[in-house]
Amino acid sequence: MSFKDNILEKYSARVYKNRKNHIIVKDENVQEITANTRTIPGIMTNRGCCYAGCKGVVVGPLKDVAVITHGPIGCSFYTWGTRRNKAKGDNNTKNFLEYSFSTDLQETDIVFGGEKKLRQAIKEVVDIFNPVSIMICSTCPVGLIGDDIHAVASEAQNKYGISVIAFSCEGYKGVSQSGGHHIANNGIMKNIIGTSDRPLKKFSVNILGEYNIGGDGWEISRVLNRIGYDIVSIMTGDGSFEELQTAHKADLNLVQCHRSINYIAEMFKTKYGTNWIKVNFIGLDAIVQTLRDIAKYFNDEELTARTEAVIEEELFLVEEDVSYFRNKLKGKTAALYVGGSRAHHYQGLLKDIGIDTVLAGYEFAHRDDYEGREVLPYVKEDADSKNIEEIKVVPDEKNYRVMLTPEQYDELKKEIPLEDYAGMLKEMPNGSIIVDDLNHFETEEFIRILKPDIFFSGIKDKYVSQKAGVLSKQLHSYDYSGPYAGFRGAVNFARDITMGIYTPAWGYVKAPWNNKPVLTGTMGGDA
Amino acid sequence: MMLDLTTKEIKKRSALRVNPLKTCQPVGAMYAALGVHRCMPHSHGSQGCCSFHRMYLTRHFKEPAIASSSSFTEGASVFGGGSNIKTSVKNIFDIYNPDIIAVHTTCLSETIGDDLNSYIHDMVIPTGKIVVHASTPSYVGSHITGYGNMVSGFIKYLAKKSGVSNGKLAILPGFVNPGDMREMKMILSLMDADFIMLPDTSGVLDAPMTGAYEMYPSGGTKISDIVSIGDCKLTLAIGELAMENAGNELKRKCGVMYKTLPLPIGIEATDAFIMAISESTQSNVAHELEEQRGQLVDIMLDSHPYFSNKSVAIYGDPDSVLGLSTLCLELGMIPKYMLTGTTGEAFNTKAQELLAKFGIEDCVAKSSSDLFELHQLIKTNSVDLMIGGTHGKFIARAEDIPLVRAGFPIIDRYVHSYMPLIGYKGAMRLIELMLNALMDRQDRDCEDEDMEMVM
Repeated sequence: MSFKDNILEKYSARVYKNRKNHIIVKDENVQEITANTRTIPGIMTNRGCCYAGCKGVVVGPLKDVAVITHGPIGCSFYTWGTRRNKAKGDNNTKNFLEYSFSTDLQETDIVFGGEKKLRQAIKEVVDIFNPVSIMICSTCPVGLIGDDIHAVASEAQNKYGISVIAFSCEGYKGVSQSGGHHIANNGIMKNIIGTSDRPLKKFSVNILGEYNIGGDGWEISRVLNRIGYDIVSIMTGDGSFEELQTAHKADLNLVQCHRSINYIAEMFKTKYGTNWIKVNFIGLDAIVQTLRDIAKYFNDEELTARTEAVIEEELFLVEEDVSYFRNKLKGKTAALYVGGSRAHHYQGLLKDIGIDTVLAGYEFAHRDDYEGREVLPYVKEDADSKNIEEIKVVPDEKNYRVMLTPEQYDELKKEIPLEDYAGMLKEMPNGSIIVDDLNHFETEEFIRILKPDIFFSGIKDKYVSQKAGVLSKQLHSYDYSGPYAGFRGAVNFARDITMGIYTPAWGYVKAPWNNKPVLTGTMGGDA
Repeated sequence: MMLDLTTKEIKKRSALRVNPLKTCQPVGAMYAALGVHRCMPHSHGSQGCCSFHRMYLTRHFKEPAIASSSSFTEGASVFGGGSNIKTSVKNIFDIYNPDIIAVHTTCLSETIGDDLNSYIHDMVIPTGKIVVHASTPSYVGSHITGYGNMVSGFIKYLAKKSGVSNGKLAILPGFVNPGDMREMKMILSLMDADFIMLPDTSGVLDAPMTGAYEMYPSGGTKISDIVSIGDCKLTLAIGELAMENAGNELKRKCGVMYKTLPLPIGIEATDAFIMAISESTQSNVAHELEEQRGQLVDIMLDSHPYFSNKSVAIYGDPDSVLGLSTLCLELGMIPKYMLTGTTGEAFNTKAQELLAKFGIEDCVAKSSSDLFELHQLIKTNSVDLMIGGTHGKFIARAEDIPLVRAGFPIIDRYVHSYMPLIGYKGAMRLIELMLNALMDRQDRDCEDEDMEMVM
């Protein structure tokens, strides 16, 4: 029996048939994985819903937007401050991230419709908070009772003279959070980007798919600012509506999380001619590579020199710490199960500190995130993905720019990941395991069999792993630490792993009386 | 500054909820179901619900919170979730092998009108296994309602009256931590009371670290006990607002009379709990409990200067807010704001009765409220102390008020779920937490020359 069958033998024939194509043992052949398909009902999945992807991931972090969740109270409650997408307001920018807004729908609203309440809620947000923009995210029952949130939004926009944008991101749409990312991307592209202008500086970039978890975006910005880039907008960590409005002016889009935001990158290219490159700010080798790639794109002597100088300085500052931790961690193994990007991004950082990845999986990725964008023409659309709207964009006559000649483009594409993402699979060593939509049962089995020293996942299986004696760190929320991106982030990460592995508590799991017999027999009178 | 968009001026809101003081029914149902031994809670809706609830419970308890989902897609939302629940039940028994699946509904499955009674009736359930359900639409009530509804669901499906009394007390604890359930059991056993507790999350959501993960830890109410709960001589529904319906369900189904009690937080409510046990068991109060009570009164007397006339804002779930307010009143404090997000006039009435009993006026007690309203009230008239869950900490920081964490959810601290708030021991713990908060504040704020060595 193969390794894979060994794991899956407990499944019924139907579940086995489904799951076997979501699991790959890496070998030298070109391998195909099944991804972005429905989770089987009853299987304990880590996946969330469309609303979580739209409100929780993409639009929620926009700090100056009052996001109203239209639905019963739960959905807005769960996405309130739980993701660690940090943001800071200032005198010109209100920060709504400490607030949760909901229409708190009641039974009568479900019966008679919720539009009236939504209209009133918008009025109250405007009266009390006066934001630059309001976004409405709908939850499951809203779609079912047929509230026309888009009509309410445009009516409110006319009435109050501020941007009001509706997202039909009902939880049941699509197969995971992924559908919600796409819906959010569409809404941002349609309604925000290109609606305002600002003067450009040289070397201007947008950072796409960076959500400032634990301050990652701030560390990335620090480094990019040092080199001399003008960061026009960040989508969407510590981002703002007002920044997004001028994003179309940037010279280049840097895509960090390919899964959640590649739609915007693609639409940008069509509409404004802006090129994008895949970047990775996690891990020292990766950042260095990424900084060089960006410099190559701009092809400016001074910028390139500054890039090299910053790389040298930054590396020098962290080298000693990283090598200290590497000595402590060398030879350890890790399993990763996160999102649609991090399971890939963190493998490089782990390698930097001497840890090998034995298993990696994505929660809501598509085939291209595993196999690379070259498979896109071959990815079959199923009924679930067809339910998510594809919007058509056309070149914007006023703002379309050609940044590279076709020759330059082709030349550059050979050197840097221009409009390309190679996916996770190719970089993984033979024999390692790749799992899509890893579930509770498989998690237990893989931990038992592979015995990794550390399991990176989310809160739902953190304690499952630790109860089994394997350290687990949340790679969604960074266990309330961070930043992990950038140069300084690498040190934070290494420090956190080291303290987890070496914390004295592991030594106390077995009580001393269980390690050796304490009941020794004595003969009468001997004692 | 923190929460700097909150205005002092209160504008009337009729539609907008800002910074809620409640969440939805299903998470309460999930928590209740985790208090049944070898039970898999199952969320009949889209998988986001299940994911959010597991996330929240795990963050509060820092323990695995298992649950499965019907993983609705758009198709299921149009054609009904019958096939999803059937597939789910088969897969759950195949793969996770619980003894019982406790299904709760969501706003999605309720809005489309899925009939769980008939789905469960028609499905194939392996011999010896059980499937029960509770209707928990998110657009009705709160997590507290959902908790009560799931407990009622277990009773509805499983409790049986054999005609022979088992002589036991049925204990239906409200939405409290495993630490509180343990303390209740401790008191009951000190009183030599035979009892069945439903649910009982101790030993599940506070299971020890052993080096081996157990999907179904040793805790939780046994199914056989849920069955025989119908033969109990009396029900104590602990948490007047959350548990009365469940008590009533047991009476309706099996004729077990019930008595509702407030959560035993503070001295009087604990007295009432102990006297109710004593009355039922016809036994004297255990010496150890009398000793604890005496210790508590001792502490209350010793520390009263730090409590007298201090104003406090208490927010959270209805029964917990009433309980914590009672303790504060017993300490001579003024519960200036008593707010819950859960809807219900009964809360307001109970709160007013409580204030009247202690002769305290000018306090605000409100159900269907939220933390935004609390903050606005505090901006007009501040308090010396706040007591409630994690979400109040932003107000505490913005207004520089000491905060004691108590209730649900607490997602930014550790240990709370292991420790009781109920009983005399729980009261001592609360008093210690409150004193530390108030006295640390005094030490922090006083002039150098006023720093007291002895307090």
